Amino acid sequence: MIPRPFEYHAPASLPEALSLLNRYGDEAKLLAGGHSLLPMMKLRFAAPSHLIDLGRIGDLKGIRQVGDEIHIGAMTTENELIWSKLLAEKVPLLVEGARQISDPQVRYKGTIGGDISHGDPGNDHPALMLALGASFVASDAKGERVVPADGFFLGLYATGLQPGEIMTQIRIPIPAAGTGWCYAKLKRKTGDFAAAAAAVLLRLKGGSVEQASIALTNVGSTPLKARQAEDCLRGKRLDDAAIAQATRLAMAICEPAADQRGDAEYKTAMAGEMTRRALHTALSRAR
Amino acid sequence: MANTHKVAFKLNGRPVEVTVEPRELLIHTLRERLQQTGPHIGCETSHCGACTVDIDRMSVKSCTLLTVQCQGAEVLTIEGFEQGGRLHALQEAFTEEHALQCGYCTPGMITRAYRLLQEIPDPSEEEIRYWMAGNLCRCTGYQNIVKAVRSAAGKLAAKAA
Repeated sequence: MIPRPFEYHAPASLPEALSLLNRYGDEAKLLAGGHSLLPMMKLRFAAPSHLIDLGRIGDLKGIRQVGDEIHIGAMTTENELIWSKLLAEKVPLLVEGARQISDPQVRYKGTIGGDISHGDPGNDHPALMLALGASFVASDAKGERVVPADGFFLGLYATGLQPGEIMTQIRIPIPAAGTGWCYAKLKRKTGDFAAAAAAVLLRLKGGSVEQASIALTNVGSTPLKARQAEDCLRGKRLDDAAIAQATRLAMAICEPAADQRGDAEYKTAMAGEMTRRALHTALSRAR
Repeated sequence: MANTHKVAFKLNGRPVEVTVEPRELLIHTLRERLQQTGPHIGCETSHCGACTVDIDRMSVKSCTLLTVQCQGAEVLTIEGFEQGGRLHALQEAFTEEHALQCGYCTPGMITRAYRLLQEIPDPSEEEIRYWMAGNLCRCTGYQNIVKAVRSAAGKLAAKAA
């Protein structure tokens, strides 16, 4: 399986990449880790005339703390997220999520920015970003803007990135100390997308839920924020009845597409089960 | 040929240069231009890991990488493991532990295990299973593959001591 012919560009800087993207417009695709795009090009589902490889732009990599946020370069790989001491301490939810993405080889190449901007509801970072309340930096020739993750995912392979824009950075507010977390993912085998998955952040106060954040992967054309489930938990003790109610409300917003991973009913039930497990685990980790 | 690129990289310590179309995948360059037929073409869909090679200290599926992305890279294939007529500890261990049946997945398995042991020199069985999950063995000989990686870890530790 060989892609259709294309021209290859390997810009050394962001301005150079943006100017190539401006020049070639719709005929160009950005190459990040390539582990979503190249398989699509090999199957000829995608056939860009120009491929702009972001792999030579060092500025797009790295994980650092800036005030009360973590800033992650869009070209930072999953493997770099997994081994980051800073993330393990400040945003362990992201490390737990990255560890469950695909397989080791794919994680050496796959990038957080690529995973998010691809707009595939099967990808794991979109729901993680919704749960974390992240925002994204989109750069174009004129400058940059910061876009919240909430509202960024518009549909299948459709995001809020505008033509001519490159996602350059992911910004994550550091959850308060003592926040519980969990990414619970059901997959049939290593390397598969989730049948369903749930990302949870949980803050307790005096034994009750101060704030719960719940987002779901691959049970709709976009990742889903389970707002009603979150709201129903506020101020409550997180006992089995409260978890069961939140789980029902999370299931109510699922609209999964049937495929070889299961029918809609099964996937919805599994989204509920992943929500239940993630809440339990997050509770055990919250202080 | 129109639209070709010269790509220079290190292959098993030797500098090489190839002229390729941008769409050429690394696995084809390695097998067809550079006669490194150790990395195998299994699924061609980045699932099976038979084409795994080591690039700049990363295990990579060479069916999902363009050769043009390898400009300046250091590439290691199974052909680079034997040194001075001596097999690498992983190759010895795979032989001793009967960690191959048909052998098709073996070059990818060993190349992946090599990087794993660089990163985690003394992995538990659970860690081996987690970090080797990108390589499939169609004979399902995983038990002995895990044993061989454990054994190689011991051999490498003994050598380093």
